[in-house]
This record gives sequence, structure tokens and C-alpha cells, in this order.
Amino acid sequence: MIEAHGLTKRYGDKLAVDGLSLVVRPGVVTGFLGPNGAGKSTTMRMILGLDRPTAGSVTVNGKAYREHSAPMHEVGALLEARSIHTGRSARNHLLALAQTHGIASSRVDELLEVVGLKDVARKRVKGFSLGMGQRLGIATALLGDPNTLVLDEPVNGLDPEGIRWIRELLKERAAGGRTVLVSSHLMSEMAQTADHLLVIGKGRLIADVGVREFIASAGRNLVRVRTTDPQKLTALLAKAKANVTPVDDGALSVAGMSTDEIGIAAGQAGITLLELTPQAASLEEAFMELTHDSLEFSGSAS
Amino acid sequence: MSTDTAALGVTPRRVVLSEWTKLRTLRSTVFSLLAAVAFLIGFSVLVPVVVVTHWPPDNARDALTFDPVGASLVGGFFAQLAVGVLGVLIVTGEYATGMIRATLSAVPKRLPVLWAKTLVYGVTCLVLMGLALLAAFLIGQTILSSEGIDASLGDKGVPRVLVGTALYLTGIGMLGLALGALLRNTAGSITALFGLLFVVPTVVHFLPASWSDAIAKYLPSNAGTVITSLQPGSESLGPWTGLLVFFLYTAVALGVAAFALTRRDA
Ligand SMILES: Nc1ncnc2c1ncn2[C@@H]1O[C@H](COP(=O)(O)OP(=O)(O)OP(=O)(O)O)[C@@H](O)[C@H]1O
Ligand SMILES: [Mg+2]
Repeated sequence: MIEAHGLTKRYGDKLAVDGLSLVVRPGVVTGFLGPNGAGKSTTMRMILGLDRPTAGSVTVNGKAYREHSAPMHEVGALLEARSIHTGRSARNHLLALAQTHGIASSRVDELLEVVGLKDVARKRVKGFSLGMGQRLGIATALLGDPNTLVLDEPVNGLDPEGIRWIRELLKERAAGGRTVLVSSHLMSEMAQTADHLLVIGKGRLIADVGVREFIASAGRNLVRVRTTDPQKLTALLAKAKANVTPVDDGALSVAGMSTDEIGIAAGQAGITLLELTPQAASLEEAFMELTHDSLEFSGSAS
Repeated sequence: MSTDTAALGVTPRRVVLSEWTKLRTLRSTVFSLLAAVAFLIGFSVLVPVVVVTHWPPDNARDALTFDPVGASLVGGFFAQLAVGVLGVLIVTGEYATGMIRATLSAVPKRLPVLWAKTLVYGVTCLVLMGLALLAAFLIGQTILSSEGIDASLGDKGVPRVLVGTALYLTGIGMLGLALGALLRNTAGSITALFGLLFVVPTVVHFLPASWSDAIAKYLPSNAGTVITSLQPGSESLGPWTGLLVFFLYTAVALGVAAFALTRRDA
């Protein structure tokens, strides 16, 4: 559990985080969402005690991060900027950090295998690709088998297999009752990973909602549908007051109906559906609307 | 639960072990320390060989004032450059790569990191420089003995010079480390270190004599190097007093670095 109260960070003239109060609960994946410069990374650095808040406070499991006697067991973090000495090998990097907590070197080897860096464990990090560096960062976060994960854009640079692996990992950890906070500026990414959303803009909390709720309330829900009989489906959905537009590849873009509603309607009419997808673009749009006008959603939050 | 946290968690000993791992797993460490040792050993051969080939000197006074200990330890001057630069790099290397954020996330109380780095590097310097100085002394004296102008380990002042020089070099390393922690930038820290050691004394030298006489002997390099010569000049501080003054600078630099470390954003 992460709790922030009036968390504020000012860099010179720039107010990066502005009176942020939020709770990140265990048991769900919480997406930390906001446009570039919203203050996500700054908030995460304050959670870890790396940056000192100008005002307010943030605690992890009831205590400031630095007050924990075994901080790496409390929080595992992946920061935005690489935090690895490139002159050291992957294994020695993890080993040095593990030693601060008395974590066995066998755990280091185990993690190198888990993140897929076993073959390059003894190579210097200097030669690592972006994705390899990211995997090493994730291994660092997992080193202490922490109760809380704080990951700043973890999929950055990962290949599709790596992205899927991260998603599974986050879901699995949350399901096991742990706290997971993961940042992104991509709504589509969050829609697939997170259960709950904390949306910030200009350093302030704009929305604190469940992902489903958010998608439902987004208003401009678009659903992409492919069917064997587009004409019949178009007529059917138009009758249900949906707005149907054909897309280039023969699919239909439906506004005003949920995937469930479309599926049920088509099923009852005996129309075969080949694809039924809530559209990422619509989520992205909803997110942009939300972050453009923070007042619009503050009422519907919580 | 309480036994869990007692078994797993940050302790000063663990931070020291971690810093030792960090130190020994970087090439810059190996290169810098090898360079320091190579300087000491190399000059302990070179200078005595030159001396014995030209012995006796043309000027009889030079023969009387010849310092066999100093002749075997000329490399100490260059070793201090290597040791000082490495001290800087131990900290600034972490800032340059972002490693410092991983380090301070693992040890968020921060100060144990600075103390552990100081301890690990200090002991490493002291042991390695002590052994290299001893080797340099013995090699140099063996070469000088061909002309019968060598000193022996038991001679008055010799143990003091060897131990004192090892301590001085260690102090330089720690001063570099402290400046690195304070300035967090490699080039700036190296400039500050060598500016303090070599430029400041030159500047002070050009002050009016009444000023420079009063100040000069208290400057870090002037105070710290008294102990490295067998027969210090009469205007300088005593060897151990000088070393103490030198270590006071190091301690103050470390203290300020510690203060800054706990206060600044990483
Ligand atoms: N160390 C710093 N010094 C000065 N300004 C900073 C510093 N760190 C962040 N900022 C500023 O604070 C604001 C918030 O930055 P932050 O990196 O937290 O945003 P973010 O939400 O993580 O953005 P992104 O999605 O691009 O990663 C930005 O305007 C940034 O320029
Ligand atoms: Mg960021």
C-alpha cells in the first residue's frame, strides 16, 4: 500500500507535482497514467526517497521508504532513467545490490535466468541493448521479492514477448495480494494491464477510477467489428441507435454500443462475428479528453 | 516477521561488502590501482639506477645530502594522481551512469553508503600502497647498495616515511572520494582535487611573504607531504602534525559531502 498526502515537488520555478494525494492498494495492478511531464516519474522518485518532497509526504506500508530496515523487500523499483553502472557485468550489478540486504547470490542467478539474461550475465552492461538494460532493471526490482512494485514505463524497449511477460508478472503479483504501481502514457497499454487507474496531469490527480469504469464512462467508445455480413449488421446496429461506419479493410467501427451489447445483438440475429474489439484509439481519445480538461472527470472519480 | 526483517535487511557490514564488490568489479579500479603500483615500482628502479650510474656526483655536497629513501619513493608523487582520480571516480561514476539511484534505493538512509565507500577504499589504498611502498623501498635500496649508499628499513625515520606516505596516499584517495560526493561530476571533482593540492600552494606562494609563510605550511599538500620525506625543512609542520592537519581537511570534506548527500535529491 502506497499513500501520498499533499505530495508536492517543485524544481525551481517548475511545479512538477502539485499536492498529490492518492492511495495505491494491494491486490490490483494500478496504472499511473498521465501525459509527458505530468509528474509520474517525479512522484515515483519521491516514493523511493530519492527526491525530497517540497511539501507533503508519501509512505509505503505505513512508513516512509527510508524508515524500512529492508527497503528492497518493501519496494522493488524500476526507474525511468537507467540506474546501472555500465562498466559492471549484469551479475555483479545485481550481486552488489543483493549484498546490501544479505540476499543470497543464488537469488541473483535465479533472477538472471527469469529475465532471460543468463547468457550475458557476465558481460559488461555497456554492450546491452535498450531491452536488455530494461530486463536487468526489472531483475533489480525483483531482487528483494518486494511487497510493492513501482515500475516506471517498464515495457519501454521490450519486445512483444517481453511485454507479455511483464504483463503476466504484474497481474500475478497483484493477484498474490501485492501492490503494483506501473506508469505509462499509453492508455491502450494500461487498458490491457491495469485494473485501476490513477490519472495525473500537470502534477495533479485528475481521476482515480477502475479501468472498466473509465472505459465505460469514456463516452466515445468505439468498437471494431468484422462480420461475414456487414450490411445486415449495419442495419441491425443502426436500429439500436448505434453509429456505424465502415473502415477501409471491410470492418465496421461502431460507436454507442459496448462489445457485450453488439455481441448479444448479433447473436440473437444469427449474424456471425469474426472480430469484436474495443478500440485502443477510442481509449486514447478518452484519455486525451480527460487530461485536457481535468474538471470534467473529477466529479465522476471515486 | 520480526525475525525475517532481522535476517534480511540493510546492515553496515552488508553495505561494506556491497561496496567492496562494486570496487573490485570495475576496470577503472584495476587500471588506476595498477597504475599507482606501477608508478611506485617503476620509479624505484629508474631513479636509483640513474643515481648509481652517475655516482659519485660532481658536487661533493650532493653526495652528503643524498636521500636514499626519497630516491626510491619518487613514484609516490604520480601514485597520488592515480589514487586521487580513482577516489573521485568511485562516486562520480555512480552519478554519471545513474547507478547512484539504485544504490540509494537499496540504502535509502544514504550515509552508510558514503562511510562504506570511504572504509573500503581507504583500507584498499592503505594495504596496497603500503605494500607497494615497501617493495619500492626495498628495490631502490638494493640498487643503491651497489654504491653502498643505501638506507635500511631499521634506519631512523624510515618506517615513519613508509607508513606516513601510505597514509598520505590513502588520504588523497579519501579526499578525492569526498570531493566526488560533493561535486558529483568527474571533471569538476578532479580539477578541484588537483587544484587544491597543486594550484593553491602556487597561488599562496605569490602572496606577500608574511602571508604566505603563515599560510603555506597549513595547506593540504604542504602539510600532508612533510611525513613523506626523511628530513623535512625547518619551516614546515612536524611530520605527524602535518599529517593530522591533512587528515582534518579530508575529514571536513567528508563531513560536508555527508551533509550534502542526505539533503540533496539523488
Ligand atoms: N530533476 C529535475 N529538475 C528540474 N525539473 C524536473 C526534474 N525532474 C522533473 N522535472 C520537471 O518536472 C515535470 C514532471 O516531470 P516527470 O519526469 O515527473 O514527468 P512524467 O510524468 O514522468 O513524464 P514522462 O511521461 O515524459 O516520463 C516536467 O516538467 C519536468 O521537466
Ligand atoms: Mg516519466
